Amino acid sequence: MNDATLLAVDDLSVRFHTRHGVVEAVRGVSFALGRERLGIVGESGSGKSVTGRAILRLVPPPGEVRAKRIAFDGTDLMQCDEVAMRDIRGRRIAMVMQDPKFSLNPVMTVGRQIAEAYRAHGQGSVAAGRDRALDMLAAVRIRDPARVYDLYPHEVSGGMGQRIMIAMMLAPDPDLLIADEPTSALDVTVQMQVLAILDDLVRQRGMGLIFISHDLNLVASFCDRVLIMYAGRVVETCRAAELAAARHPYTQGLLQSLPRVDVPRAELPTLMRDPAWRDGKLP
Amino acid sequence: MIEVENLSVVFGHGAKTVHAVRGITFHVAAGEVFGLVGESGSGKSTVLRALCGLAPASAGRIAIAGEMQGKRRDRAFYKRVQMVFQDPYASLHPRHTVDRILSEPIAIHGLGDADARIDSALADVGLGPTFRFRYPHQLSGGQRQRVAIARALILEPKILLLDEPTSSLDVSVQAEILNLLTRLKREHGLTYVLVSHNLAVIAHMCARLVVMNAGRIVEEMTVDQLRAGAPREAYTRQLLRASIGYDRAAAAEMVTFD
Ligand SMILES: Nc1ncnc2c1ncn2[C@@H]1O[C@H](COP(=O)(O)OP(=O)(O)OP(=O)(O)O)[C@@H](O)[C@H]1O
Ligand SMILES: Nc1ncnc2c1ncn2[C@@H]1O[C@H](COP(=O)(O)OP(=O)(O)OP(=O)(O)O)[C@@H](O)[C@H]1O
Ligand SMILES: [Mg+2]
Ligand SMILES: [Mg+2]
Repeated sequence: MNDATLLAVDDLSVRFHTRHGVVEAVRGVSFALGRERLGIVGESGSGKSVTGRAILRLVPPPGEVRAKRIAFDGTDLMQCDEVAMRDIRGRRIAMVMQDPKFSLNPVMTVGRQIAEAYRAHGQGSVAAGRDRALDMLAAVRIRDPARVYDLYPHEVSGGMGQRIMIAMMLAPDPDLLIADEPTSALDVTVQMQVLAILDDLVRQRGMGLIFISHDLNLVASFCDRVLIMYAGRVVETCRAAELAAARHPYTQGLLQSLPRVDVPRAELPTLMRDPAWRDGKLP
Repeated sequence: MIEVENLSVVFGHGAKTVHAVRGITFHVAAGEVFGLVGESGSGKSTVLRALCGLAPASAGRIAIAGEMQGKRRDRAFYKRVQMVFQDPYASLHPRHTVDRILSEPIAIHGLGDADARIDSALADVGLGPTFRFRYPHQLSGGQRQRVAIARALILEPKILLLDEPTSSLDVSVQAEILNLLTRLKREHGLTYVLVSHNLAVIAHMCARLVVMNAGRIVEEMTVDQLRAGAPREAYTRQLLRASIGYDRAAAAEMVTFD
């Protein structure tokens, strides 16, 4: 891990004003990211995706984002206007969204979408865009890139859609990648190969990676550090390799609920939530 | 309960032809949980879609509960067979509330008691009644998948085709959904076909599974063989290695099988 800080999030809060009251999706989250692989885990609704989107200022109204500072490479993103953000999004900070097919344009072939993502920020001719897109499709282990280039989003499988999104986000060579469940639809062998690409980008190019995932075993084996989120807060931070020894009963509860290949169990333990976890300190 | 003989599915034509499924055969007994695993793009979703008439079988036979299935499926079929789709966002109408999403099948099938059915289906998947009036974009990924499962359960089907039902869920909700599926199966004698790339989920739920690669079944195994880590095929061995966790060196050794 390299300690040069790439991103520093200071006291981030996001709330949604809905007809049925205020949803406090993120409540005072702070963390710093170097040129490393930072995992964010936590139960559904704990605020992982909203945290990722808030960094890119992609929280739609009625969402309200507050933070003391979101410092990215010397710039406070909270002070940037939409024009400045548009320049940062994609080129400097890219995000692979949790619902790949929803993020793809349904009426444009997937290859063209990757080519345009590349060309939108750089210069590059049409032909260079096409070459880059084909290379990226091959890099994410898509079989037969030339065929897949011409497919529309509804013609690709779930796991192909995810890899297409990853290819599209990596095409402009971002400094920071926020990957929201980027491999949840991939079979484990392809997942491992795609993670190796991200791993190499972090180690060799110094890209920063925020890796949002439910897969605790995967995060433990892949990331450098992990933030564990509960009800919009970070309740615990630890080295990824030490996740199994996490101290918070919530983290332990998550680990216990995993099914295992080696040990059959009639019923899986589920979380017994303690109201004290919402605001309490680490026990 | 489900008999698939020599099923093939071909998409497109000319240069865009894809043989998504190439002559596969498997049988699922009533009350069984049958697993489908395999590489991304190997045809798992297509097999489920063909079972419920959403993908065209170009060859082969499908029989469900002893009845041969043709191209079309009637309304009674969908009361018996329901599918939970892989992509929870795409499968929920973006401008319909949860209430409307869940009411529709009740109305189409002329069932009464909509309110009670909706509340109990939501409760079954761990969502309170306040979720009835939310739109899909106001839900987290896991909450959306729970709504998709609630919609499949609402018609009380006999066969559930589950395409990666928990891959977008957190592990605690996954445990709740797997426990729920186990309980429903026991109480209602359901039959499941379960697609998952998570071998631990497959081992937990299934008695038997098949491993698919490039449209074919490469290996059929019992869960005991899976637990013992003794697959016959090289592709399955690679799958087992990858399921242990990330390892850069192991990633470099992964090969593509055809
Ligand atoms: N547009 C919105 N309007 C209202 N509430 C929202 C909106 N977007 C998100 N939320 C709420 O904010 C909370 C955090 O959502 P978020 O999507 O960050 O969860 P998550 O941790 O990513 O969950 P998952 O693992 O299921 O994807 C949830 O309670 C969700 O319902
Ligand atoms: N409507 C379609 N038109 C053209 N090709 C299709 C269509 N649906 C699926 N395919 C192709 O069929 C093959 C199998 O796709 P399928 O969705 O069944 O894979 P899968 O095993 O479910 O993969 P994943 O694990 O990634 O979801 C892929 O090559 C895909 O591109
Ligand atoms: Mg999310
Ligand atoms: Mg699929």
